[in-house]
Amino acid sequence: MKIINFDHFAATKMRQEVKDAMEPYFISEYGNPQSIHTLGDEPREALSKARLQAAELLNASSNEVIFTGSGSESNNLAIKGTAFARTDKGKHIVVSKIEHFSVLNSVKSLAKLGFEFSEVPVDKYGSVDPQDIKNALRKDTVLVSITQASNEIGTIQDIKEISKIVHENSAAYMHTDANTSCGFTETDVKELGVDMLSAAPHRFYGPKGVGLFYLKKGIRIMPLIDGGIQEFGRRAGTENVPAIAGAGVACELAKKELKDRTSHLLPIQKAIKDGVLNSLDEVYLNGHPEKRLPNNLNFVVKYIEGESMLMWLNNNGIMVASGSACTSKILKSSHVLSAIGVDAALAQGSLLISLGEDNTLEDAEYFVKELPAVVKKLREMSPLYEEVMKANKK
Amino acid sequence: MPVYSEKVMDHFQNPRNVGEIENADGVGELGNPTCGDIMKIYIKVKDDKIEDVKFKTFGCGAAIATSSMVTELVKGKTLEEAEKISNEAVAEALDGLPPVKMHCSNLAADALHLAIEDYKARKDGKGPIGRVETPEHDEDEHDLLEQA
Repeated sequence: MKIINFDHFAATKMRQEVKDAMEPYFISEYGNPQSIHTLGDEPREALSKARLQAAELLNASSNEVIFTGSGSESNNLAIKGTAFARTDKGKHIVVSKIEHFSVLNSVKSLAKLGFEFSEVPVDKYGSVDPQDIKNALRKDTVLVSITQASNEIGTIQDIKEISKIVHENSAAYMHTDANTSCGFTETDVKELGVDMLSAAPHRFYGPKGVGLFYLKKGIRIMPLIDGGIQEFGRRAGTENVPAIAGAGVACELAKKELKDRTSHLLPIQKAIKDGVLNSLDEVYLNGHPEKRLPNNLNFVVKYIEGESMLMWLNNNGIMVASGSACTSKILKSSHVLSAIGVDAALAQGSLLISLGEDNTLEDAEYFVKELPAVVKKLREMSPLYEEVMKANKK
Repeated sequence: MPVYSEKVMDHFQNPRNVGEIENADGVGELGNPTCGDIMKIYIKVKDDKIEDVKFKTFGCGAAIATSSMVTELVKGKTLEEAEKISNEAVAEALDGLPPVKMHCSNLAADALHLAIEDYKARKDGKGPIGRVETPEHDEDEHDLLEQA
């Protein structure tokens, strides 16, 4: 059976060019980039090249790019690194209600150490109102961290406007979590006006085990991993050279292919959206209708539960995700759906699709053809659906 | 390594005894839509034996499989025997469930016991009992991670 990956936010297939770029640094050029002797030469060169490739994608300078171990680590570094470095300025951080857990749990950990945070709300589409950011700013606000696009509903935020407001009205640093958006939308740090940005190469056909972190020149953070002078002293530990080399190539490809990726993804996204909304009753789309990533869709299918939908689609070779409580591993339904006003019971029917370069219009058609039978089967055994049907008859 | 055992997958994909019994003698409906699981079990009782049993479930793979398994385990059993079947026994009959599912989605035996309770209550003129809401998991995600 053909496997259709509609869960690219979990994993994208690495590009061959990426793997080829990694290959030399496992065995033949295994040296430590910090070595002064010859074994360090090639790995050092690889690091420097990857840094330049990443800098070009972000429109930054090479010395503003730090390689971390993951997108989550980059977010932790932005938040905790800023908080720890700026205690003389204050202890208040502003985030939105729809941030990734690597942001939300970072501020919650800090709160246990005496820091404070404010969560700004979002509207029904998941958009942050820049005015709400302005209202949340305090004299002691040291950081504002807003995701460029939610990893669940794909709504793209006006980071440029938010950065402007933050910088005009406070001394806070501005960080954006671009772990979901980078590689699929513009991430020009000068255009966005951010001080820090996190990105995750494994989301755009790069390897796992490496994250990108943009740190604008002059911005003060405290490292979370102390040790040697790697990554300009901001992230100690021997560099993961193969992964970094791969990340560099993924960045180069992202810069080169951004427009082509968008024009490939948009028709597939539209075919799925229209197909699902037209072929099923009591299904609706979450996130912004237009201002969203080209590779994400999030539906709520009423009266059934997401994991069982996921498992039946899996049976048919279609891999999707869900924001239901049962799929969450912590038994809580999505905080993002809750923030946009989706009732907790309805959030159980969450269906999360994330597309990538291996998807085709045929995949979209196949999915739209298969989904109604799955929904019908599950609704037929749902006591909630039974209730509604009986109520409708009366 | 698959998340679920083959038996769970079998009961999920080919659930036994799905449906509704018209004029059931007892109905047990248990769960909370906020947590993602509602199980409804219908029983037909004759001579203190479960003559027929059917279920409807809103929930994850484990919720559907445990519902299906419990109906299979108790069909034809006496009420007394059925009352002794535990959630753990249902999970065991399915060759186990992932740890995280043991508490949230493993309520099928409870729903069955509620159906028996409902049957007895109706006989005494005190039923039907109606849906019983299980408590929500309201712990903070961050605290849960710390506990883990």
